Amino acid sequence: MSIDLKTIKHISKLSRISVDDQKAEKLANDLNSIFKFIEKLNELKTDKVLPLTSVAETSLKLRSDEVKSNNIREQIVKNSPQDNEDYFVVPKVIE
Amino acid sequence: MSDITKQSLSELVKNIKNKKVSSEEITKEFVNRSEKSKELNAYITEDYSSALDKAKKFDQKPNLDLKLPGIPIAVKDLFCTKNIRTTAGSKILNNFVPTYESTVTQNIWNEGAVLLGKLNCDEFAMGSSNETSFFGNVQNPIDKNLVPGGSSGGSASAVAGQLTPITIGTDTGGSIRQPASFTGTVGLKPTYGSCSRYGIVAFASSLDQAGPMAQNVKDCALLQEVISTYDSKDSTSINFKRNEYSKELTNNIKGKKIGIPKEYRVDGMPKEIEDLWQKGINYAKDCGAEIIDISLPHTSYALPTYYIVAPAEASSNLARYDGVKYGFRAKGENLIDMYEKTRSEGFGAEVQRRIMIGTYVLSSGYYDAYYLKAQKVRKLIKNDFDEAYKKVDAILTPSTPSAAFKIGEKKDDPVSMYLNDIFTVPVNLAGLPGISIPAGHDSKGYPLGLQIIGKAFDEQNILNIAYAMEEKIDFKNKITDWWIK
Repeated sequence: MSIDLKTIKHISKLSRISVDDQKAEKLANDLNSIFKFIEKLNELKTDKVLPLTSVAETSLKLRSDEVKSNNIREQIVKNSPQDNEDYFVVPKVIE
Repeated sequence: MSDITKQSLSELVKNIKNKKVSSEEITKEFVNRSEKSKELNAYITEDYSSALDKAKKFDQKPNLDLKLPGIPIAVKDLFCTKNIRTTAGSKILNNFVPTYESTVTQNIWNEGAVLLGKLNCDEFAMGSSNETSFFGNVQNPIDKNLVPGGSSGGSASAVAGQLTPITIGTDTGGSIRQPASFTGTVGLKPTYGSCSRYGIVAFASSLDQAGPMAQNVKDCALLQEVISTYDSKDSTSINFKRNEYSKELTNNIKGKKIGIPKEYRVDGMPKEIEDLWQKGINYAKDCGAEIIDISLPHTSYALPTYYIVAPAEASSNLARYDGVKYGFRAKGENLIDMYEKTRSEGFGAEVQRRIMIGTYVLSSGYYDAYYLKAQKVRKLIKNDFDEAYKKVDAILTPSTPSAAFKIGEKKDDPVSMYLNDIFTVPVNLAGLPGISIPAGHDSKGYPLGLQIIGKAFDEQNILNIAYAMEEKIDFKNKITDWWIK
C-alpha cells in the first residue's frame, strides 16, 4: 500500500494542517516509510484477540461536579492570542 | 562549600537537615552553574531570581521535616507550572502561562523544593534526541555535539551536568530511560497510574507517565516517593498502597528471579551492547539473583504498535491547539484558514508527521486495519509480560540498542530514530515500571544503560535490584565540564 498526494491532502484537511505541494511530497515519503514498517503487524492473526484499550484495570470513577477554581476568567482570557477583556476573539464566522 | 553541585540529592538533604548548609547557599550554587552552562541549552525558561527568593524564605523558617527541604529543582517543560510559562518545547505554546500547577510538581513543592526553571524537551515529547524542540537542540554533557536523548533531553543534560540535583521527566515510549542511558544517569518510568497526569501536557494519554531522573538509585527512590500519589483529578490515577521507596530501599535481592528475554537480542545489535547485557547478568548473579531465560514473543511488534497507538492518541490530544484560547495564532482569511495556518506554522515537522499518521489510522476505512489491529497486538504484548511474570520477579535488558549518537545523525530518517526506543516501548504498552541505570561505557567512552522492568506497582522491587546492581557496577560518569568557559 502506498500513500499518494491525494491522500496526504485529505489527511491534512482532516488534521487542519495546511500543506503545500512540496511539504505534501515530503510527508508522503515519510509516511510511506513509516507505514512500511508498521505493516509488520499484518503477520499476526488477531481475529480472536480482544483489543487492549487501557492498561489501568479500573473502572472510571464518578466525582461530584463542583467548581473548584473560581474567578480565574481574567487569567484564562489573558492567554488568548487576540486581546479582549471578556471573550475569545476569532475571525468572523457569520456573514 | 564549592562542591555543592557535585553532591547527590540525598547528601544535600542530609546537609540541609544538619544545618551544614542553607537552601540559599545551595540554590546559589546551582543557579551559578546553570548560568555558566548556557551552551548545553538545557533550559527553556529560567526562574533563578524567584528560586533565590524562595530559598531565602525557606531559610527564614526552615521546615526540616520535609523530604526535599529547600532543594532547588528544575523540571521538564511539559509540566504546567502556575504563572510560569510552559511551552512543551513548541512554538504553539511559546507564550502559554498556565493558571494551575500539575499535581506532580505540586507534590514536589509541598515537600519544600523550589523551582529553578523549565527544561528543554522534544516538541510535545515527540522525539528521541531533543532535536525537535522549537527552542533548539540540547548538548549532552558527556561530549560536544552528542544528543542527550529524548524526549526528556534537557532534564537528562541538566542532571548529568549537575545544573539541578534531580529532575522529573515524562516517558511515553522511553523518554526518561533512553536519555538517562545516554547521559549516564538513572531514570525511572513508573507504573501507568502511579503518578498523576494532571497538568502534564498530553501526548499519548494511555502511555504517558511522569518519573524521576537522578544521579543515583537512592535519589530516584526518594523523588518517586514524593511524586507518586493518588489523584482524583486524573481519572486513570490508581489508588494502591505506595511504599516509602527510599526508606524501604535494600540491596538484598537474594533469590530474586530475573528474566532474560531472548527476543531482545535483536538483529544488528552492537557487540558492546551484548557484552554490557552479559555483564549485567553477571552482576545480578553476584547479587544473589537467580537468572532465568524467558520469552516475550511479540517484542518485535511493539514499535509498529506504538507508532499507531501513540500518534492516534496524539492527533486527538493535539486537536486542542487551534490558536483560539491560548498559544500561537497565525492570521487567516477565515476561521478554518486560521486553524490550518496556525497548526502548520505552530507545530514542527515531527509533530505534524505524527498528527498526520494518527489522523490517518483513525480515519474512516482505516480504523480497523490499523488502530484496532494495534490495540489487539498491544494486548498480545501485555499477555507476554503477564506470562513471563508467572516465572520471574523482574526482567533485565539493555536500555537502548546503542550509545548516544551525534546531533543531526538520525534527524532525517524517522524510522531509524524510532528504533532507539525498541527496548523501552514494550514497557509503556504494557503499563509496567522500568528503570534505566548506567552500567558501562562503549568504545568511545559514552555511557550505556541497563533496564530493569518490573511487575505493575512493583517499583520497590526494581529499585532494590537497581540499587544492588548499582553498588556492584560502581559506574563513574565522565563529565569534563567542557562547556564551562
